[in-house]
Amino acid sequence: MLLVPCPNCGPRNSADLRYGGESHARPDPATATPRQWRSYLYLRDNPAGWLRETWYCRSGCRRWFTLERNTATNEFRDPPTPGDKRGGKA
Amino acid sequence: MTMSRLDPQPTEVVDRSSKLRFRWNGKRFTGFEGDTVASALAAAGEHVFSRSMKYHRPRGVLTADYWDPNLLVQIGDDPNVRAGHRLLEAGMDVKAQNAWPSLRRDIKAANSLVGRFLTAGFYYKTFMRPQRLWPTYERVLSTFAPGGKIDIDTPHRYHDKRYTHPDVVVAGAGPAGIEAALAAAETGARVLLVEHEHTVGGHLRYSSAAADRAALAELRVALEASDVEVLINSTVTGRYEDNWLGIVQRSHPTAVERLIKARAKVLVAAPGLIERPYVFAGNDRPGVITSGAARRLVNLWGVKPGERAVVFTANAEGDAAAEDLERAGVEIAAVLDGRDGRRVSSVQGPPRATDAVVAGDLRIEADLLVVAAGWTAPTSLLNMAGDRPVYDPAAARFFPSDPPGNVLAAGGLAGDGTLDELRAHGGATGQLAAARASAVAHRLQARTARALPVEGPEPAWAPDERAPLGRDPHPELYRSDTHGMVDFSEDVGSKDLVAAAREGYDSVELAKRYTTATMGPSQGKLETVNTVAAIAEARGETIAQVGTTVWRPPYAPVTLGALAGRNFEPVRVSSIQPWHEANGVRTIIAGQWIRPDHYGDPAAEVRNVRTNVGLIDVTPLGKLDLRGPDIPKLLNLLYTNKWSKLPVGKVRYGMMCAEDGVVLDDGVTGRLGDDHYLMTTTSSGAGSVWEWVENWLQTERPDWRVHVTPVTTAYTSINVAGPKSRELVSRVAEGVDLSPEAFAYMEVRTAAVAGVADCFMWRIGFTGELSFELHVPAGHGRHVWEALMEAGADLGVGPFGLEAQRIMRLERGHFIVGQDTDGLTLAPSTGLSPLIKLDKDDFAGLPELAWAADRRLPMIVAIQPDDPDVVPPEASQIVRGDTNEILGRITSARMSPTLGRSVCLGQVEPELAAGGTKVTVLLTSGERISATVIDHHAHFDPSGERLRG
Repeated sequence: MLLVPCPNCGPRNSADLRYGGESHARPDPATATPRQWRSYLYLRDNPAGWLRETWYCRSGCRRWFTLERNTATNEFRDPPTPGDKRGGKA
Repeated sequence: MTMSRLDPQPTEVVDRSSKLRFRWNGKRFTGFEGDTVASALAAAGEHVFSRSMKYHRPRGVLTADYWDPNLLVQIGDDPNVRAGHRLLEAGMDVKAQNAWPSLRRDIKAANSLVGRFLTAGFYYKTFMRPQRLWPTYERVLSTFAPGGKIDIDTPHRYHDKRYTHPDVVVAGAGPAGIEAALAAAETGARVLLVEHEHTVGGHLRYSSAAADRAALAELRVALEASDVEVLINSTVTGRYEDNWLGIVQRSHPTAVERLIKARAKVLVAAPGLIERPYVFAGNDRPGVITSGAARRLVNLWGVKPGERAVVFTANAEGDAAAEDLERAGVEIAAVLDGRDGRRVSSVQGPPRATDAVVAGDLRIEADLLVVAAGWTAPTSLLNMAGDRPVYDPAAARFFPSDPPGNVLAAGGLAGDGTLDELRAHGGATGQLAAARASAVAHRLQARTARALPVEGPEPAWAPDERAPLGRDPHPELYRSDTHGMVDFSEDVGSKDLVAAAREGYDSVELAKRYTTATMGPSQGKLETVNTVAAIAEARGETIAQVGTTVWRPPYAPVTLGALAGRNFEPVRVSSIQPWHEANGVRTIIAGQWIRPDHYGDPAAEVRNVRTNVGLIDVTPLGKLDLRGPDIPKLLNLLYTNKWSKLPVGKVRYGMMCAEDGVVLDDGVTGRLGDDHYLMTTTSSGAGSVWEWVENWLQTERPDWRVHVTPVTTAYTSINVAGPKSRELVSRVAEGVDLSPEAFAYMEVRTAAVAGVADCFMWRIGFTGELSFELHVPAGHGRHVWEALMEAGADLGVGPFGLEAQRIMRLERGHFIVGQDTDGLTLAPSTGLSPLIKLDKDDFAGLPELAWAADRRLPMIVAIQPDDPDVVPPEASQIVRGDTNEILGRITSARMSPTLGRSVCLGQVEPELAAGGTKVTVLLTSGERISATVIDHHAHFDPSGERLRG
């Protein structure tokens, strides 16, 4: 089981967290076109490599955070920034 | 081959002063303490232990250890026990498996006569058509299924679980593994040493050489004096991400088995080498055994494996076996040296025994053939860590390639050497493992903000400076000039593999699945390399070119009991549960909760609520306490309707959507104070809505000042419903005016109830009746419930459960998220379009709902079958006339005790949504019934007079 480095609680079993998936900036609902909005809803880069993704520490600090994981090696890097949802391919 | 007990051996592990009586196929036998089931039987002269899976060929001892595929037996109600491993106990009732009517006369052995028809893929090819006969095929073929008998009345036995975080786990307690564990523990590391067998020592256990005996004694003393935790009769079954290990412990003092989940900082894989059978005609016949089996039988249990032996040896272990046999009084008819190019072609004899060994032109009379043809490196744990071992033809086995830095190989897996060299390499591996473990520990602690601060910088990642082990040359001995058995568990021969390759299954992964070679209880430990060799030969390639199958978890078969074991999922009950149990409740499991479903007669509970007053325990209702000045902004963002002007003391219903416009949850939220709200969610959505709210607050609107506290379990929630509910609540509530003028529908008050201060109560109407929902501090929940029951005795108060509530909400036409909606139900389909305020700046799902506004969507409607006695099963489809064109489905259906007829909710295509439309419902029985859509959701009291009263 993957160890996920929560910025508050430290490395924890991935079953203690909820995987929020590839992080995606939310388009402005006032101006978003259907194509932009549905890209936000459904389209993911899904790279074999570094990916910025969101996690929720459901059994610990109850914080959502993003971090970068190499999907090919499961390495994590960079101290994650709480709340930062910019991203997609890192 | 007649086995018998030898005079006491200096190396033996049996206690000859003991006497254990047991049964084998109904007959009485005795053995000694320290015997395995198989060794006791072998000592008593038994030499056929099972029938093979497909051809029902008689099978005897092959390896005399855990991996022996021929020694699966039934012990009492325990099927598929490995008799080569399981220690003998007094009173065991041991039976042969896979033999009918008896081991001696097995009728299905006729399969071997038609063996040429039972080649690879026989079942796939033969029992394909016609499809309608599949159930018959299955019934007949299942009687041919191998394995023991499962007794469904077997009492439950205790399987435990344990979680541990050692620095170093060493898999395998041979000399290298023990040295690794000792060296790591010496540095202060916490070490877990896991050994498959019943005692530590690896191959030293069954060696008669004086130097080996001395080394074993020395290692055992050192281990005893160390801080290493030793688990015997335990197996590391899997290695997963970040060294998460599954370990099955069969040696727990009280549990049958214990599944240990270990997070190791470094794993040392030292499983040793497994002796590989040699493929030739008759290689699965009783009387053909591996050299390790011969040495174990003689040296561990004092069993003489035969009278006259041929030893086919290609390595030092085989030579040692010849010496051990000779010393034990076995006549050595010939030693055939594989290093000199000698080969065994076949063995001959009656089906159940060996008479002679044929090698080229030689025919040697013998009742025992001992084979030392080489080794399989069980690289499983390395494969699971991502390594792809590489074949070395000069040493005739696979070696590690490039495992990750936190997985280290030691012992025979890593190479060959003298005992001293292997021990030294093991010790160096232990030191390296401990050094790397300290770096991992430092990193884990440094990354944990709330842990104690770490001292100093992170230790450097220790370089691998171990002196590498050598590789002994070994001839490549896989198949002789005849064909023989490759997978003993699955009855797959080299001929089958050649045939599979010829049919196009010439990739080793395909051939494996097609023939099932390597997929039996041996899990490839004996047969993988021979399988690869047979495919390579058929393709005219080398083993290195063909490559091996990927070894996946588990390393050894795991029982379902070990995996299921103890359940650590918490179960929640409300504080009123003891009362429910004392009053005849039937419970239902709903998510994490155990809830009252009913108390015997849900229809009577409905009638009582409609005429008098009832109480339901709705504690699982999700509750979030919200504080802060920006709550209206949050509610506007989460719900589809508007919240800016909700006054203090009012509650409002809201529906939440996901960003795709699909209904996510619903519930009421009340304003308790200027900056204080209580939000309720569906019971099943309590956890996910909380995460949803936190996600919006933390990631999209971190500047908003709202604090969220989950209070689902902090309050016991009781809904008091029925025309007499006001009278009942007035008898226990203090300091609140309950008159309709002072406390109207959809309002909230804070009050003391039955002497309990700080209770919230609000008037809502899920059941369609006048009702007061009380949220009581959880510690007082049962007291308030009992006070209500007592105070309402003369009003006819009674409890009601989830089932009665579901009937009443259906009568009233309220949909349930997840029951009447699904993952595609957009908000307007609920019929609550007036609550979707597209003129708001933003809310979750707004763009999708704006685009959906002018689309005609499927609708949730109330439906009544024209025959009032028919309750269509939920999920019955609504179709067009006599066709199977699907136009909708029934999502909820019940018999209404109030209306005396069946009532439903369903989702239908927009063309059927108008009131009065006749629809056809296709029942699961195939019958079609007619039903009518009614023009509002409520089957009962559509004007809502009762709940507003």
